Amino acid sequence: MDRVVYMDHASTTPTDPEVVAVMLPWMSEQFGNPSTMYSLGLRGAKVVQNARESIAHTINADPEEIYFTSGGTEADNWAILGVADAHSKKGRHLITSTIEHHAVLESMEYLEKRGCEITRVPVDGGGLIDPEEVRRALRPDTVLVSIMYANNEIGTIEPIADIGRITREAGVLFHVDAVQAAGKLPLDVEELGVDMLSMSAHKFYGPKGVGLMYLRKRTRVTPLLHGGGQERGRRAGTTNVPGIVGMAKALELADNRMAEDAVREAALRDRLWEGLSAGIEAIHLNGDPVRRLPGNLNVRLDGIEGESMVLMLDMEGICVSSGSACTTGSLEPSHVLLAIGIPAEHAHGSLRATLGRSTTTEDVDHFIKVFPPIVDRLRQMSPIWCENCVCKQRN
Amino acid sequence: MYSELVMEHFRNPRNIGVIENADGVGEVGNPQCGDMMRITIKVKDDILEDIKFQTLGCGAAVATSSMVTEMAKGKKLDEAMDITNQAVAEALGGLPPAKMHCSNLAADGLQAAIKDYRARHKA
Ligand SMILES: Cc1ncc(COP(=O)(O)O)c(C=O)c1O
Ligand code: FES
Repeated sequence: MDRVVYMDHASTTPTDPEVVAVMLPWMSEQFGNPSTMYSLGLRGAKVVQNARESIAHTINADPEEIYFTSGGTEADNWAILGVADAHSKKGRHLITSTIEHHAVLESMEYLEKRGCEITRVPVDGGGLIDPEEVRRALRPDTVLVSIMYANNEIGTIEPIADIGRITREAGVLFHVDAVQAAGKLPLDVEELGVDMLSMSAHKFYGPKGVGLMYLRKRTRVTPLLHGGGQERGRRAGTTNVPGIVGMAKALELADNRMAEDAVREAALRDRLWEGLSAGIEAIHLNGDPVRRLPGNLNVRLDGIEGESMVLMLDMEGICVSSGSACTTGSLEPSHVLLAIGIPAEHAHGSLRATLGRSTTTEDVDHFIKVFPPIVDRLRQMSPIWCENCVCKQRN
Repeated sequence: MYSELVMEHFRNPRNIGVIENADGVGEVGNPQCGDMMRITIKVKDDILEDIKFQTLGCGAAVATSSMVTEMAKGKKLDEAMDITNQAVAEALGGLPPAKMHCSNLAADGLQAAIKDYRARHKA
């Protein structure tokens, strides 16, 4: 009963012990500030440079195009606000999608309140963006297109390379939030045709509070953080040496085992879906059945609300999350589920399980075993679930 | 984030279900908002003899529903009408601020059921 089945890897991942090990010296004896002139600090500068080179190599970029940040949120904010500011003479129109992470959507809203125009391209029922929609949204005053590589809720993988060809042809900057994709999908900034890309270490078994922005050479972006001249004057703040060292190691590990992890996690995810759909009635898959991240399963269940499922699964030691408004404190259910056309009352009954490296067949089978009685119990207490009522016949 | 008492009511909700041939039915909330509650009551000599609920909603919604039925059972209708959402939340040892609105369901549902009873039994 003390067993914990962690199935919320899209939220965060446990830091790999190998990553922790390489970080430790940089928090203890090697604590120096890399912006100093003595060897204690310079050793830090050297190891950060190595990390920069290693990450740059993995994503096919130049080391000078990597800027370390405090995570995905900062990188997304910086890309959007920084481009809008630096290119305001060209125009004040930005393009994004309806299913972006809040770090992107809220940055766009911030700009909208200050006079920018934002176009949010729609997605289909699986969460896929049609690149032609992006093309149609382009205008002479468009300064940025920002589209995520993979969605954090339903795992949909967007056609980034196709969009990249369109933006490049139009001469418009292209930012990609690759926070969910990094470590899981191949990232080659040349093949993808992106100018900016956000990553966050804690999503790929690295530490929390560190991330990066890839920024193509000669791209004009106003800094978000002003202060000391770190990161070639574009991102101030004392360098997070242990975090950066950890992120580089985590990305290296993820890159080495990417294909193997993907096959294993997709197989486990499919086993979970088959088991759940066989044992529970009125359960539906949210998102694209094929073009999705390997470990991502997102389902909705008629007649129940998500938070109560999350709480009951927690009593069985299972960690998952839900698209219900009740779990977020807002009154709106997930904007992603609404954008793919799921009615609000069903979006509230959604559950996301994201599998990862530590997930075993036993974990999956445990879930398949304990979930149906929870669903039964919640449906028994539900005012909108009854054996013969209309709400059920609708489906 | 929830108090132990809230979790206890969530784990073991009191008075779940529907009373057949109820004297009063109260339905509040809306599935589109993710929360909805139905309360059925049995009244005898102006006293809430029995009360049952069904709730769709978060942990707080379930716990406040359960608590309000406990508080109301055996009470005179007028006394039951006076139970406030605030009182239900307090009886549970408080709710997280973002969840205070969930407690609205409970007392509102009870009051709706009593009003329904009174409407049906107007002399
Ligand atoms: C798609 C996406 N973008 C951005 C973020 C924010 O990243 P961070 O947690 O590093 O701020 C997340 C993580 O929740 C995410 O899933
Ligand atoms: S019922 Fe939705 S937040 Fe409580």
